[in-house]
Amino acid sequence: MSGLSIEHVTKSFGDFKAVNDVSLDVPNGKFVCLLGPSGCGKTTLLRMIAGLEDPSSGSIRLDGAELNAIPTHKRDLGMVFQSLALFPHLTVGENIAYALRIRGASKADQAKRVDELLAMIHLKGFADRPVAKLSGGQRQRVAIARALAISPKLFLLDEPLSALDAKLREAMQVELRQLQQSLGITTIVVTHDQREAMTMADLVVVMGQGKIRQAAPPTEIYRKPADAFVADFIGSTNLLPFGDGGTIFGAKIAGVSGAKGDKLSVRPEDISVTAPGKGVFDGTVTFVRDLGGTIETFVEIGGETLTAVSTPRDRPHVTAGQKVGLSFPADASVVVSG
Amino acid sequence: MKREPPRALADYAPLVFPGAMLTVFFVIPFSIMLAVSFFKRNPAGFYTPDFVFDNYARFLSLFFGKVLGFSLMLSVGVAIVCVLIAFPFTYLLTKLSRRAQTLWLVALLSVLSMSEVIIGFAWSTLLSRTAGITNLFVWLGLLDQPVALIPSFWAVLTGMVYQALPYTVLVLYPALVRLDPTLLEAARTLGASPIRAFLNVVVPALRNTIVATLIMVFVFALGSYLLPQILGRPQHWTLSVLITDQAIYQSNMPFAAAMAVFLVLISLSLVGLTLLIGRREAAQ
Repeated sequence: MSGLSIEHVTKSFGDFKAVNDVSLDVPNGKFVCLLGPSGCGKTTLLRMIAGLEDPSSGSIRLDGAELNAIPTHKRDLGMVFQSLALFPHLTVGENIAYALRIRGASKADQAKRVDELLAMIHLKGFADRPVAKLSGGQRQRVAIARALAISPKLFLLDEPLSALDAKLREAMQVELRQLQQSLGITTIVVTHDQREAMTMADLVVVMGQGKIRQAAPPTEIYRKPADAFVADFIGSTNLLPFGDGGTIFGAKIAGVSGAKGDKLSVRPEDISVTAPGKGVFDGTVTFVRDLGGTIETFVEIGGETLTAVSTPRDRPHVTAGQKVGLSFPADASVVVSG
Repeated sequence: MKREPPRALADYAPLVFPGAMLTVFFVIPFSIMLAVSFFKRNPAGFYTPDFVFDNYARFLSLFFGKVLGFSLMLSVGVAIVCVLIAFPFTYLLTKLSRRAQTLWLVALLSVLSMSEVIIGFAWSTLLSRTAGITNLFVWLGLLDQPVALIPSFWAVLTGMVYQALPYTVLVLYPALVRLDPTLLEAARTLGASPIRAFLNVVVPALRNTIVATLIMVFVFALGSYLLPQILGRPQHWTLSVLITDQAIYQSNMPFAAAMAVFLVLISLSLVGLTLLIGRREAAQ
């Protein structure tokens, strides 16, 4: 098949399986985010795709061709590292032209391509500057341009935006997505930031403990999480435990059924605060966090604390210690195991 | 941390100790040597205070010019060979486990505990005809009969490289340990083979370290006076050997001092020139 296909790949370091029997198909031109907490194996998986680590077992194919036996420098890929790894002794232009120089491109061709790429990353006229003189965002763009110089088949990024401040990061996420769309290049980004994944990806792959927990488009991941781990990792959620007979906090909820041990995931924005007795169940307000744009109400029920998020327009007007009812539409909740 | 410029006299107090040390152990001895170099030699005794340029004039001859040229050439050679061996060695060393690194460093440091005399005699045995390494080559069938590899220029070079190598590794080690390994990985993802990546990323990124190491080994090798005598012929004797000879065996302290001053000036100007070229290149 065309595209990248990862088949039963495992990577062990001693007894520890950093990546445990992972299979994934990425069609050409897709933007994939590998998302997970640190130590979940996402960076190891990316490094195996780049050839910087060898899989202990399994195979990685690109357009049907086995990649395992091909060393990194012959894979024709572009990679952006977390540290960016710009060559400190070279100028911006020399950094970008490095892959072309290695491949024996003429000086004129190198200069032409560097100009094209600098225009693409909005840094025209920066070719002769030393990289040490650039700002964080500019370095970021240079690292991206350097990786794209040969128009690689695969574009890999390892936590590329983690060194930037929050505002710049959000802007770069949009820019990176637009760039990928215009180039149509297969892109795989490793990140631990779920907002970043939601912003950029066609396909979000949530990983935990070396395994893929769910691979789906962003909205599906958010609305239909496969398990409690995914529900909790993507955005914030309330995980309500099922008790005996499929009840939650002693109440049977219409349209929701689950066994003891399962959990019901309800997003905070789906919960509304009502008068006591008017909701699905009652609880006591423990804290109200008014952030201006959103208001978070923390409500304690049966030893668990639930969070409800509302906009200023439908502010619940409650204070700590007050008894309230909570309600949510059954179709906005998902039963997850574990 | 912001540093305040010193205002009161007491703010200079931290300078007293290093200043005193430098004065006692460097400035005073060097000044004495400088003064002695202008003294007049007394053939019957030692020397008498004077202000003559005889000692420097005597130095300006073809013989001493050749010796000076040979000393500088030998030291440059030792510096280059040391860095050529030590740089890849130290780079590979930093890729080993911490335990293996410690063992290697301890082994290297143990070489430093040996005196120049022991190193010299060990190498002279190893390179001799009767007990030397060529006997091993004969046994392996590489040579027909054992040969003596000393005295020779290569024996001097080998001994001095052996002596200076631990210093070279120890100077390069911190810089190579701190080098970001992703620089090399980045070069590989961009299409450079591991060796090519090493040559055009690791080496240039550490250019300043390499230049500093070359200078250090060069200066270190200039001072070597035992190994050229043990492992070389008289034509392989360096200026340091002649200085020792004049100072100790000929009792010509003023001439020895003049040669030493000359050697210091020449090596300082070479080091200065290297730094100047480096700075000019960096500015471009």
